[in-house]
Amino acid sequence: MSETVLSRRGFLKGSGAVLMGTLAASSGAIALITPSRSWALELRHLDEHQSRTLLQFSRHLYPHETLDDAVYALVVKDLDAAAESEDTHALLADSVKQLDAEADGRWLDLDADERLDRVAALEGTPFFAKVRSTAVVSLYSNDMAYAHFGYPGPKGDPGYLYRGFNDLHWLPDLPASASGPIPGASAS
Amino acid sequence: MGQYDNQKTFAADDDSVVVIVGSGAGGGTLANGLAQKGIDVVLLEAGDLHTPDDFIADEWPSFTQLAWNDPRTASGEWRVATDFPQLPAWICKTVGGSTVHWAGASLRLQKHEFKARSTYGDIDGANLLDWPITLAELAPYYDQAEKKLNVTRTNGLPGLPGNNNFKVMHAGAKKLGYTECSTGHMAINSINKDGRHHCMQRGFCFQGCKFSAKWSTLFTEIPAALATGHAEMRTGAHVARIEHDEKGQASAVVYFDRDGNTRRQKARAVAIAGNSIETPRLLLNSASEQFPDGLANGSGQVGRNYMRHTTASVYGVFEEPVEMYKGTTMAGIISDESGHDTSRGFAGGYEFETISLGLAFTAAFLNPGAWGADFANAMDHYRHMAGMWIVGEDLPQERNRVSLNHDLKDQHGLPVADVWYADHANDAAMREHAYKQGTALYESVGATRVYRTPPYPSTHNLGTCRMSERAEDGVCNGHGQSHEIANLFISDGSQFTTSAAENPTLTIVSLALRQADYIAGRMDKRAI
Repeated sequence: MSETVLSRRGFLKGSGAVLMGTLAASSGAIALITPSRSWALELRHLDEHQSRTLLQFSRHLYPHETLDDAVYALVVKDLDAAAESEDTHALLADSVKQLDAEADGRWLDLDADERLDRVAALEGTPFFAKVRSTAVVSLYSNDMAYAHFGYPGPKGDPGYLYRGFNDLHWLPDLPASASGPIPGASAS
Repeated sequence: MGQYDNQKTFAADDDSVVVIVGSGAGGGTLANGLAQKGIDVVLLEAGDLHTPDDFIADEWPSFTQLAWNDPRTASGEWRVATDFPQLPAWICKTVGGSTVHWAGASLRLQKHEFKARSTYGDIDGANLLDWPITLAELAPYYDQAEKKLNVTRTNGLPGLPGNNNFKVMHAGAKKLGYTECSTGHMAINSINKDGRHHCMQRGFCFQGCKFSAKWSTLFTEIPAALATGHAEMRTGAHVARIEHDEKGQASAVVYFDRDGNTRRQKARAVAIAGNSIETPRLLLNSASEQFPDGLANGSGQVGRNYMRHTTASVYGVFEEPVEMYKGTTMAGIISDESGHDTSRGFAGGYEFETISLGLAFTAAFLNPGAWGADFANAMDHYRHMAGMWIVGEDLPQERNRVSLNHDLKDQHGLPVADVWYADHANDAAMREHAYKQGTALYESVGATRVYRTPPYPSTHNLGTCRMSERAEDGVCNGHGQSHEIANLFISDGSQFTTSAAENPTLTIVSLALRQADYIAGRMDKRAI
């Protein structure tokens, strides 16, 4: 991977940076549906530091302790795509710079409570709105999130009628008058 | 030949056809109603044809496929204006319109709801009227509609089996002493019927029914209309304006085809069914020298009295899993609160209906804009959530209004619709009552947390071209015929004089069936 500092023009061709990670041991449901434990996100517009910062920022917005970074990386992926717009790129790059400046170094190096304070202080800014509105879609609308949170998603496509329907047993059964017959089942 | 192929096409200068704008519950039903009588119809649909093979069992990708995503704006005092300023409504742009997306609840309006002004009295700030028609007049058409839609628990059809989400609702309803709770009247096949499969309980009702079990004009009225040889459907046809002749009668419909070319279809009569946002927008965008404020707008009421139901949702979290997503979205209903009983502190009533959202839309809509540990904790309990929707009567107000936003143009250069809405005090009181009852219901069966979810972008858009006895109070008469232009009809939920507590589709369909009879009669008499 090239370490060359890219010009602005270079960003348009692809930043050349890659965000990489390995699934944590605790990410059971996700590990079952992913072919490999390691993942990599090729970045087109953001650099690695910006990406790491945005990933951690997303973790503070939607903190799920056992949800793997691989899922939060999907937020970065969509922000990176949005950074094709020069305005968005500038918004993200400047805001990361600002976060670091206010941290007298790297915002990422602050402890978690301090990081969260800085996140909360940004609520209402265009940067916060951009990251939050992207994250709330990217983070929860994908197969890994569905597996993690226990939502079958598209796997429910054939229908639950003959597989797992009405399987809640901690409440009384429904009276026939309030419900209806399962088609194809013999009348009882 | 496929069921969506036109058997017949009509020339652009054929002025004997009835042109219908929109292929949803109103337009699709009217098209078939007229075509069955041998009346030639051109059905213009802005969206494309998507059939069950194309439907996507994933919320955001499906939304991109089916929803009306052309620009619109939301303004006013409702939270939607803050959270979703470009998305006042969640309705569809596809063949079949929002009948592709609806959940299927099929309830008749109640007798007193047709007499809202007489029943509720003069409420400050409300622009209440009685409907110019009665339940008795509409009843025969409700009969027809229930047969056509295979509504469960009518005509000997069984109810749908209850799912987990309904089981929670039902247990809580019983604890609260509610007695009118069942899997309801749904336009979803509970048995195989009319060549359509029974419901397989996929839970993707909002994303289009892959088994065609849920009634939609896409599966029923449109193919039936085309098969008569009296109807032609043009998709990707975005109507720009309606033209009139020197006598002030509608004479043609101008639209953009999918390539952006301007087309003009002459017409003997025009019926608009573009949903209560696009219908007034079209009338306003059709302003002319003779009608400077837009067509059919002599009363100034076009776009006003916009109603969207007093909605909200309540989600309960339980110790044990619920898995609300298993099975139909609106799996059951409680009707005990649907009457008019002012001892509760408001006029009109509301229904509770189960609702379930997938993970993606739960994140988007549970508490729009929320973030942080509390919100994440709610999402962590997704599998343990049960949900229900509140749908109640909201009062017509003149200030609640669809108007043209001249600062924003759509892809064709036309001003977009702005939807301005604010609750009436009555609406707020009703919602608060429903939140409390819903919370008590879930807590009675062990909810550890209950979330009050604010209204989603509107799916029940109503009232912007309302029916009225007197021309000065509304836009159309009891047949949806505009007061000002005899051959111009309103054929969707825009006609509603008041919103009533019930989901509107069954009433829209019934009004369209009645309107088909009326239009045929007027044509017979050469009155239009």
